[in-house]
Amino acid sequence: MRADLNLIEPWVKPNTQVLDLGCGDGTLLAHLKAKKNVNGYGLEIDEQQITRCIEKGVNVIEHDLDARGLSQFADQQFDTVIMTQALQAIRRPDVMLDEMLRLGRQGIVTFPNFGYWRCRHYLLWHGKMPMSKTLPHTWYNTPNIHLCTFKDFEVLCRQKGIKILNRTVVDADFEQSRFALMWPNLFAEFAVYRIAR
Amino acid sequence: MPNSPDKNSFDIQSDDSIAEHSKSVAQQSVGIIKPETVQFNQPLKLVCGKTLEQYELVYETYGQLNDKRSNAILICHALSGDHHAAGFHSAEDKKPGWWDSCIGPGKPIDTNHFFVVSLNNLGGCSGSTGPNTVNPETGELYGPDFPIITVQDWVESQARLADVLKIDIWAAVVGGSLGGMQALAWSLNYPERIKHAVVIASTPKLTAQNIAFNEISRKAITSDPDFNHGHYYRYNTIPSKGLMLARMIGHITYLSDESMGEKFGRDLKTSAFNFGYDVEFEVESYLNYQGERFSKTFDANTYLLMTRVLDYFDPAADFDGSLQKALEAGKCSYFVVSFSSDWRFSPERSEQLVASMVKAGKAVSYAEIDSPYGHDAFLIPTERYMAIFSAYMKRIAKEVN
Repeated sequence: MRADLNLIEPWVKPNTQVLDLGCGDGTLLAHLKAKKNVNGYGLEIDEQQITRCIEKGVNVIEHDLDARGLSQFADQQFDTVIMTQALQAIRRPDVMLDEMLRLGRQGIVTFPNFGYWRCRHYLLWHGKMPMSKTLPHTWYNTPNIHLCTFKDFEVLCRQKGIKILNRTVVDADFEQSRFALMWPNLFAEFAVYRIAR
Repeated sequence: MPNSPDKNSFDIQSDDSIAEHSKSVAQQSVGIIKPETVQFNQPLKLVCGKTLEQYELVYETYGQLNDKRSNAILICHALSGDHHAAGFHSAEDKKPGWWDSCIGPGKPIDTNHFFVVSLNNLGGCSGSTGPNTVNPETGELYGPDFPIITVQDWVESQARLADVLKIDIWAAVVGGSLGGMQALAWSLNYPERIKHAVVIASTPKLTAQNIAFNEISRKAITSDPDFNHGHYYRYNTIPSKGLMLARMIGHITYLSDESMGEKFGRDLKTSAFNFGYDVEFEVESYLNYQGERFSKTFDANTYLLMTRVLDYFDPAADFDGSLQKALEAGKCSYFVVSFSSDWRFSPERSEQLVASMVKAGKAVSYAEIDSPYGHDAFLIPTERYMAIFSAYMKRIAKEVN
């Protein structure tokens, strides 16, 4: 069980419609189906992951978010639209946030914090793009093309008039530490945001 | 695939790899199969307004029905298919059934887990009542007087076959192309009798381009002097030239530019141009061979009928054109599969279907398989197709057994 999934679950109401953008192997949707009896759909592009979803009995739709967008889905079709650890990997995160809140009454977004002190330290000390357990790729082959800090994300939300309903910040093990709570943009490695218009 | 295919090796399907694959997995075959025929005497009222007072359906079955009678799968065939989907009719048979790549022990539709039923649809020409069978009212072959059938009528006749076989609920109805339309129609016409609909390389309706190709096929047949307004049996003629042309046109739409390029390129049968109009390129030879062979085994009136069945299919039509509303009747889970190079029923058509299913809140999964083989890809056992098809069918097997 991925730890971030436990952070998301309380924000999803039972028997609701859920869309998971970049649903991976369907673990989150299978979990939400079992615990909350949601009617969920996952969009995914990776062939192997799609097969894993099918094996789990998760509704999965092969879909390239960057190439196709989300125009085929109707306004406010879902109660919750989720995007875990993928916002930083898509071409236009800003457009995606708008689309998430067009399709869903609320959005749940998780992403790694580039303002985390280890990233800052790495860049300051080595003078090179940070690499870590969380961000294992080199700058030239990373799928994470739009890394941001919590502050960046919150500024974008403010500019767009998106309300941040909740924010849970955690360290690398998805634990809530005292430091991370006090100075999240420096000491938290991940955040789970619940957003709405 | 061979670059210069030997004429004699041409398979009725577009790809020799089907036959090769089938040979290599002979141990995964359902073996020698004997078709069955069932006679129906309860009149069948058709969508067109006419009634078939009595009719016969020929079908095959593979695998064993379980005690709960819950593991039955219905296979629906496409335009030129028939009941012979898997296995062989005799030990001398060179070619197995048309979907042997996907039906058999250890294959996606695994006969170790499922009881598979495959029939020749009404209006077909392989044993079920159709234009080339005797009209009991006249004592003559139906010919062009055979009524126009719709996908809905097929579903009705298939439901009656299910009654005869005492199958209350299909674990799944599975089909490619026109077969996928039947699976979709089953889910809407008999939502209580189907758990899963597997809709492969299909579409919720034909486009103008699709209908245009069908019309050329029909014109090719009906303008053949041997067609005799469809009464060619009376005159002991066959509109083979027209049927051949129809098949050649159809065949191009089943393949892709890429697969034709890969298979034939611009290869010549001779070493240089002959500066004439006889067959010179390999692709010409292939199409001629396919068309000619088809025209000897298929009935022209059935071909006409099948193209019309395709044209008329549009479940959204009764719902002001709203596919979402049409789909609301469905209760089953759907698995929709498309192929990247299929330009006959392109991935966009499947995506449109899937988006409507999501809007209607239906359980649906969708995969677009990257394949160079065009529309025919649904018959060809490529790796990812087999993996994901197997995964979905295994999930069904777990539910029903």
